[in-house]
Amino acid sequence: MSVESFARADVCAVAIAETFRGDGEILANPIGTIPMVGGRLARATFEPDLMMTDGEAALIANDEAFEWPDGKVLEAWNPYRRMFDIVWSGRRHVIMSPTQIDRYGNMNFAAIGGDLAQPKVQLLGLRGAPGNTICHPTSYWVGNHNAKTFVEQVDVVCGIGYDRAAALGPVASRFHEIRRVVTNLCVIDFDTADHRMRLRSVHPGVAVGEVVEATGFELVVPDEVPVSRLPTDEELRLLYEVIDPTNLRGKEVPD
Amino acid sequence: MADKRMSEDDVVARLRSGMTIGIGGWGSRRKPMSLVRAIVRSELRDLTVVSYGGPDVGLLCAAGKVRKLVFAFVSLDSIPLEPHFRKARQSGQVTTEEYDEGQFLLGLQAAAWRVPFLPTRVGLGSDVFRLDPSLRTVTSPYPGPDGGPGEELVAMPALELDAALVHYNRADERGNAAYLGPDPYFDDLMLEAAATGGRFLSAERIVPTAELAADGCRHSLKVSRLMVDGVVEARNGAHPTSCVPDYERDEAFQKEYAGSARTDEAWAEFSAAWLELPDEATYQRKVAAR
Repeated sequence: MSVESFARADVCAVAIAETFRGDGEILANPIGTIPMVGGRLARATFEPDLMMTDGEAALIANDEAFEWPDGKVLEAWNPYRRMFDIVWSGRRHVIMSPTQIDRYGNMNFAAIGGDLAQPKVQLLGLRGAPGNTICHPTSYWVGNHNAKTFVEQVDVVCGIGYDRAAALGPVASRFHEIRRVVTNLCVIDFDTADHRMRLRSVHPGVAVGEVVEATGFELVVPDEVPVSRLPTDEELRLLYEVIDPTNLRGKEVPD
Repeated sequence: MADKRMSEDDVVARLRSGMTIGIGGWGSRRKPMSLVRAIVRSELRDLTVVSYGGPDVGLLCAAGKVRKLVFAFVSLDSIPLEPHFRKARQSGQVTTEEYDEGQFLLGLQAAAWRVPFLPTRVGLGSDVFRLDPSLRTVTSPYPGPDGGPGEELVAMPALELDAALVHYNRADERGNAAYLGPDPYFDDLMLEAAATGGRFLSAERIVPTAELAADGCRHSLKVSRLMVDGVVEARNGAHPTSCVPDYERDEAFQKEYAGSARTDEAWAEFSAAWLELPDEATYQRKVAAR
């Protein structure tokens, strides 16, 4: 397989994998299709010590992301109660998908519009976002980068951003880290003086202006914006033959 | 020796309107649905429901039984957003207390241990405080990590329950019980957080005590009779939620249930077909005949 034949979804998976670089022996817990593919890719290549779930109550060693025709290789029993132990211990890096996110990484997937007593659109609820974001590294995945997701202000703060963590001081900021936001268009980080979102790279074929247009607040854009890392031949082989052979990732982000 | 066996309707007879009721399971998994259906058939109302929510929450909201909901999420798993719950929220029909999933666990644990709260970092900086204005912080009496003042943490209040309803795979007539699936969820904590007299467990099969561990191992014996006041044998009692390894979720039925949130007519039809029945046995006969 030649490098020329990669798809946008493959670049997204590589960008997700890169968020786990350097994490070592922690629970990599990417939630969602492309995040799960990317997490498996990181472990199958440069972060072999990561642990990953089967989406239920086990940590498994398999490279396959979604189906395990030859059975699961169990490393540990991990029911929800153990999951909270891991969250609070800090040995975890989660990837969640925001419905809204602001420039400091405050994230909402609980409800939109109306008021707290009667939202216009009820979504998931807080789920584990308050605890995740204050206890261990968090990254975000946005499958459809648009100005309704990247907003000036989120309606409900589920996951806390850098401004809120800083305002509370060390009790909140000591374990808080929003590492990346990976989208279908680009990679964003918070490597600015006050931890505002900064455009880190654009995926091949995406113009910087396209990202700026699709972001509902002023994104920090460096003079030079590199192109996101391309998949290697070995990464493409893993993606197409082992991790996600039915290409579920391509359904989430079509070319 | 206490024989705690009873029927779903016996359990409901011990509940009162206005009670705070914890419901076990998680999302659309191992929910005590036969007990939930018995509540729907009853005159009970104005309940406060505490749940890692699934169709239990949606059904009780749609049936007008819920005054207040204490939750971290409500989901049908394969259908991520619970439509009846959304409807109740978006119409302002129920009041709510919303927490992080882990805070929720700490609230149950505090109640189980009979302490007023447990400290946690979880919730700091988030809108948990806006969602529950009665939530307070507590300052650690011990030095902070840098030797400075003690950290100010969230004081997650005990989620005390008047009653708890959970569903297990196996039980004996005294209330010892085994789960056989991959996850115990928080059912044991629900039971321990509930007042004595209000702790009810339904099970797929009631078996002699000597056979409790027959289908699992000693680690599956998560609930003991110290934690249970009433036992209900409820085959397929978690339907339509999953109760593995006894059965998987009934996805087709769940889809029909979710679809019934679309219009008042659809709900009336679903309710007439599946809820306005004389008893659980009739429901199960209808499910078997589908």
